[in-house]
Amino acid sequence: MSTASPPVLSVERLRKYFPIRRGVLRRVVGHVKAVDDVTFSIARGETLSLVGESGCGKTTTSRCILRAVQPTEGSIRFLTGDGRQVDVAGLPRAELRPVRRQMQMIFQDPYSSLNPRMTISDIIAEPLLVNGIGDLDARRRRVAELLDVVQLPRAYMNRFPHAFSGGQRQRIGIARALALNPALIVADEPVSALDVSVQAQIINLMLELQERLGLSYLFVAHDLSVVKHVSHRVAVMYVGRIVEIADTATIFARPRHPYTEALLSAVPVPDPRKRAKRIVLEGEVADPSNVPAGCAFHPRCAYATERCRQEKPELRDAGGGNLVACHRAAELELRGVAAQ
Amino acid sequence: MADPILSVRGLETFFHGDEGIVRAVDGASFDLFPGRTLGIVGESGCGKSVTARSILRIVERPGRVENGSVLLRRADGSTVDLVKLDASSREMREVRGGEIGYVFQEPMSSLSAYHTIGNQLMEAIRLHRTVTKAEARDRAIELLRMVGIPRPEQRVDSYSFELSGGLRQRVMIALSLAAEPRILIADEPTTALDVTTQAQILELIRRIQEERNLAVVLITHDMGVIAEMADAVAVMYLGKVVETGPVDAIFHAPKHPYTQSLLRSIPSVLAQPLSRLATITGSIPHPFARPAGCPFHPRCPSFMPGTCDTGAPGLTRLAPDHEARCFLYDQPRETSA
Ligand SMILES: Nc1ncnc2c1ncn2[C@@H]1O[C@H](COP(=O)(O)OP(=O)(O)OP(=O)(O)O)[C@@H](O)[C@H]1O
Ligand SMILES: Nc1ncnc2c1ncn2[C@@H]1O[C@H](COP(=O)(O)OP(=O)(O)OP(=O)(O)O)[C@@H](O)[C@H]1O
Ligand code: SF4
Ligand code: SF4
Ligand SMILES: [Mg+2]
Ligand SMILES: [Mg+2]
Repeated sequence: MSTASPPVLSVERLRKYFPIRRGVLRRVVGHVKAVDDVTFSIARGETLSLVGESGCGKTTTSRCILRAVQPTEGSIRFLTGDGRQVDVAGLPRAELRPVRRQMQMIFQDPYSSLNPRMTISDIIAEPLLVNGIGDLDARRRRVAELLDVVQLPRAYMNRFPHAFSGGQRQRIGIARALALNPALIVADEPVSALDVSVQAQIINLMLELQERLGLSYLFVAHDLSVVKHVSHRVAVMYVGRIVEIADTATIFARPRHPYTEALLSAVPVPDPRKRAKRIVLEGEVADPSNVPAGCAFHPRCAYATERCRQEKPELRDAGGGNLVACHRAAELELRGVAAQ
Repeated sequence: MADPILSVRGLETFFHGDEGIVRAVDGASFDLFPGRTLGIVGESGCGKSVTARSILRIVERPGRVENGSVLLRRADGSTVDLVKLDASSREMREVRGGEIGYVFQEPMSSLSAYHTIGNQLMEAIRLHRTVTKAEARDRAIELLRMVGIPRPEQRVDSYSFELSGGLRQRVMIALSLAAEPRILIADEPTTALDVTTQAQILELIRRIQEERNLAVVLITHDMGVIAEMADAVAVMYLGKVVETGPVDAIFHAPKHPYTQSLLRSIPSVLAQPLSRLATITGSIPHPFARPAGCPFHPRCPSFMPGTCDTGAPGLTRLAPDHEARCFLYDQPRETSA
């Protein structure tokens, strides 16, 4: 990425530990290390995807960025519209608000995220109203404009959400997220509840909006096929940590972390002529309240050595543009998935 | 090829509600063969689960199998039409869980929270076979081992909520195999799971199929899983099977416009980064607003006005094992099929 302008978002050494309390005194007996030393940045107009198995900390990372939960440690620097870099992690509530406007969220479930008693117009205009922007007339004009942007007929303005399909509701959610002209959109599994044919429409819409409006996306998804279509760069998480981060083409074609290799290998390819021997990962994801010593992935890693059981690998440059947290990154020849 | 073990013909299952009739399954036909996997694929609400429930005769009210036949070839060579059996008859109960095992979409609601997984397995074993309690327990442990559950001697006494999603789905598969069925119906067995766990479960189904010459019906909305697992495929749209064929033909020479559009619109790990996807215009109609004629016509790129919106196309045989339901191949007739 170009170094000319600072990144829109720059997350450094982010940690989020949830206390585990037991007994009548609710004493803290341990911590769920949901996010444990995560560092990444997102440039203007760029999409970074967070991928990894359930419970690896993707949602918690995005919730920290939006300050829906208070980070335990680390900084989250956001580039505001007037060119200042503010650390969202430490901002008092009152100062948070104008910054929070510039980062918006698209939710997974288009059904539960829209208030059934509000009209489409009221739903989309709500962020404007809450922030005291424009009068009634100006807000209605903006709603009409936003409906155009997400390719929904303006005539839908006065209808209620129940009359819409899943894909249409997701468009309404996107229109609402765009109302305040955000620079960053955090999308947590935005298409996983949608049918394939509708998923394609929403993915295309997100790509188009990015081009037109220069949006940056933090895209959380478990579907690596979707991730391949939407991302500039991909970060793979395992038990609260980023184990590999690289640009999309590179990480898919030439993964450098054994966990990335296994994840890619497990993805079914929609072509019966390409049935391949899959790497079937043994065992289960480690428990974030009881992370294995050394490399957290070592109990499941086919390449683990004694060193892996003792020493925690740091995320470092493994050449070819990949940042990798693996002791053996330089020597291993791992298998990716070829592009067509 | 051997004779089919299960033949579904013209199956129709409707739900009669206050707002009208939902034609959940509206003409499904396909064959299932021993040792083979039939994939049933289609988008949400197209009738995959209701098809499975119709075969097992567990459609919940107000739904009812209205027409068609489900011919099961039994172990002794005789054939029985499951549609003609009383759903709660003894014979149907023997088929359900006995000759046809099944795994459903939500493992959490299918497993009891009040009984250990061992007790649930033992009950399933003893329902279809007379064995002592001790023998049933040994058999339960053996089943857990077969589905790859570590330390089965200990796990047999645990409860489903103590297990991860992946282990729970393995228990579900063990349960479905307790009576040594010859057919397994698996309805979205991996949808709620991570890809890594999905790969484990698919591998498990493949291994057991090979060991037992099991006929498998695999229901999924995931074209990748179909490509990976199926020998033959039935594609459904709004209650109708619109195309059936060998997996290679479905992916490399699909005939029905819906199959073609669906395949073009799926994201693939093999695609170029940031490439647009082909889309199908519009969305799936509401079940009460089913379009007249061919149900796909409002979205079809090959729509022929006056033909596709007036009559319903029938299934046309394009090759011995490849059929499509579309006027591009079927001449319109006076009476609609
Ligand atoms: N409020 C909370 N209190 C305690 N633990 C939590 C809380 N929120 C999340 N966790 C735990 O933190 C870990 C990370 O959860 P998170 O939801 O971020 O995962 P994820 O990667 O988004 O998973 P998924 O793919 O299932 O959505 C999990 O072990 C989860 O149980
Ligand atoms: N109990 C019910 N009462 C009324 N309608 C029902 C009932 N169960 C299913 N339907 C309807 O029957 C149709 C087919 O549903 P079915 O569950 O078979 O779809 P599916 O293909 O399995 O979808 P999914 O991929 O979402 O699981 C849908 O329109 C659904 O709304
Ligand atoms: S550090 Fe060792 S255990 Fe961890 S991924 Fe690398 S080789 Fe495997
Ligand atoms: S019958 Fe007509 S509308 Fe239906 S799929 Fe064929 S060409 Fe398209
Ligand atoms: Mg999540
Ligand atoms: Mg279903």
